[in-house]
Amino acid sequence: MNKIAIFVAIVALLALPYFGNNYIVRLATVMMMYSVLALSWNFIGGMAGYPSFATAAFFGIGAYVGAILQANGIFFGAAWFAAGLIALIFAAIMGRAILHLRGHYFAIASLVMVEVLREVVNTNDQITGGGMGMNIPILKISVEASGMLFYYSMFVVALLTLATASWVYHSKLGFGFRCIQQNEAAANMLGVDSTKYKTIAFSLSAVFVGMAGAIYASWVNYIEPPDVFDIFLTIKPVVMVLLGGMGTVFGPIIGAVAFLALEEIVWRNFLTIHSAVLGLLIVLLVLFLPKGALFFDYRQFFRGRKK
Amino acid sequence: MLYLQILLNGLLLGGLYALIAVGFSLVWGVLNVINILHGTFIVLGSYIAYFAHLYFGIHPFASVIISGSVLFCLGYVIQAGIINRVIAAPVLMTLTLTFGLDLLLNNAMLIAFTADYRKLILTDSLGSYDLWGLILPLNRVAGVGLAALLTFGLYRLLRDSNIGRAIVAVRMDREAATLMGVRVNRINAVTFALGALMAGAAGSIFSIIYPISPINSGLFLGKAFVICILGGLGSVPGAMIGGIALGVIESYGALFFGPEHSTTLAFVILIALLIFRPTGIMGRKGYE
Repeated sequence: MNKIAIFVAIVALLALPYFGNNYIVRLATVMMMYSVLALSWNFIGGMAGYPSFATAAFFGIGAYVGAILQANGIFFGAAWFAAGLIALIFAAIMGRAILHLRGHYFAIASLVMVEVLREVVNTNDQITGGGMGMNIPILKISVEASGMLFYYSMFVVALLTLATASWVYHSKLGFGFRCIQQNEAAANMLGVDSTKYKTIAFSLSAVFVGMAGAIYASWVNYIEPPDVFDIFLTIKPVVMVLLGGMGTVFGPIIGAVAFLALEEIVWRNFLTIHSAVLGLLIVLLVLFLPKGALFFDYRQFFRGRKK
Repeated sequence: MLYLQILLNGLLLGGLYALIAVGFSLVWGVLNVINILHGTFIVLGSYIAYFAHLYFGIHPFASVIISGSVLFCLGYVIQAGIINRVIAAPVLMTLTLTFGLDLLLNNAMLIAFTADYRKLILTDSLGSYDLWGLILPLNRVAGVGLAALLTFGLYRLLRDSNIGRAIVAVRMDREAATLMGVRVNRINAVTFALGALMAGAAGSIFSIIYPISPINSGLFLGKAFVICILGGLGSVPGAMIGGIALGVIESYGALFFGPEHSTTLAFVILIALLIFRPTGIMGRKGYE
């Protein structure tokens, strides 16, 4: 049943550009991007329980690596792949350095990584264009064709992330992550190499985000530091995963879709208060649905509180 | 002489930075909550000072009382009404919650005051004083003096008053404090309110130095992070030392690497400290 549903969803999403207009394809591309971000954050934040706020750092690294390589004449597909790889290596190195921190200290260290990278990119203007931003060469194909290309590329990355998430969840690796989330000291005692596992989780949360960042850069043709090292790119995946359910395989995707729908409605109708609406959503989520909307016990809610 | 002048500038900057961090550090240390709202609280304090000066001609140093009390009430309501409900939840929850609250408050301020930079210009500015070749900007000196007075006030409050001792007790051991009859929820609210009060007062003092805009809140928050890690968490002297250290580092950093790198330098130091010495220069101590 579940497998049929997934199959139908994949076929429907593959066929989507042939039926939808440009607006729908654009929206679907954003949906894929958000799914990648949410699924990726779920490795470190949901499964391993480390409050990482570094998503925007990986996204920005990916975007800039992709942009710089393409500006130097490298084929776009290779540039995207390299962007993911560099994000992975960066995460592995930084992970070794900051993953011994717990709680707030880790949260702040990961958050500050975003700030440092933004400043570094801002000030190295001979390579990155600094605050002037960077133009990425436009592909010489029609608007519709490039829209489809970026949609399918984002789709492939999203599928890869989902497949990885599903595999990790059911493997020994995912078991180790959950052990760390529940009690790291005990996990260590029982022979889970927590440093190794945490570094893997952190790297997994980077690689696909880096690729998505590079695709995003090619897609919008122009990037600047505050755009790709945006703190919202860090906080939105957290909200999506909170919406869908932490530490699950499909929760992040459901959260991403729900979040995008909400965001689109708000952007269309109340542009000036969109960040306030996001803020309100966060407050309501944390106060009333801390385990995610998926895990909300509707029956019990309507029957009145028992237990 | 140049080096001395820069040292002086750094010390003056540091005195103000210490005031940013002291409330933030208090909340973090006692409640174990990273208050993302802190930067927005400071900006709100600045706006209160700005409008008090514009409409009633109140000097920003005097409006510290107004902004401090307004922010105290606001902080109390936020903690008692909202954050206390999830105070025992994991870090991610409380951090995300204050982030959400910050988005709400900051957006409200953007709508109310717009993102335009405003500047409070004093009609009776004190000017500057030449001290053996060193230039002392007197408004800034007075601001730092007031900041030091406020910080000292908080320090005495924590040391000598009943409520201050209760706050320290909660910081040291929440369960034991509950057993001793401390009403922890109320202490949480008072602590958060005190943090907001310090932010509001800082905002008032900053209104004569920095341009005022809701966009600046992230800048102040970043400083608070760095200072808390530099000085170590949860003690008034730690926040002071961290603040002064950051002020001096930024001033010399601007001289040697250029002003555009001084923020990067501060953040790089932060990450290096987190990696090698997460307890800060002072080490982790109680609030005494």
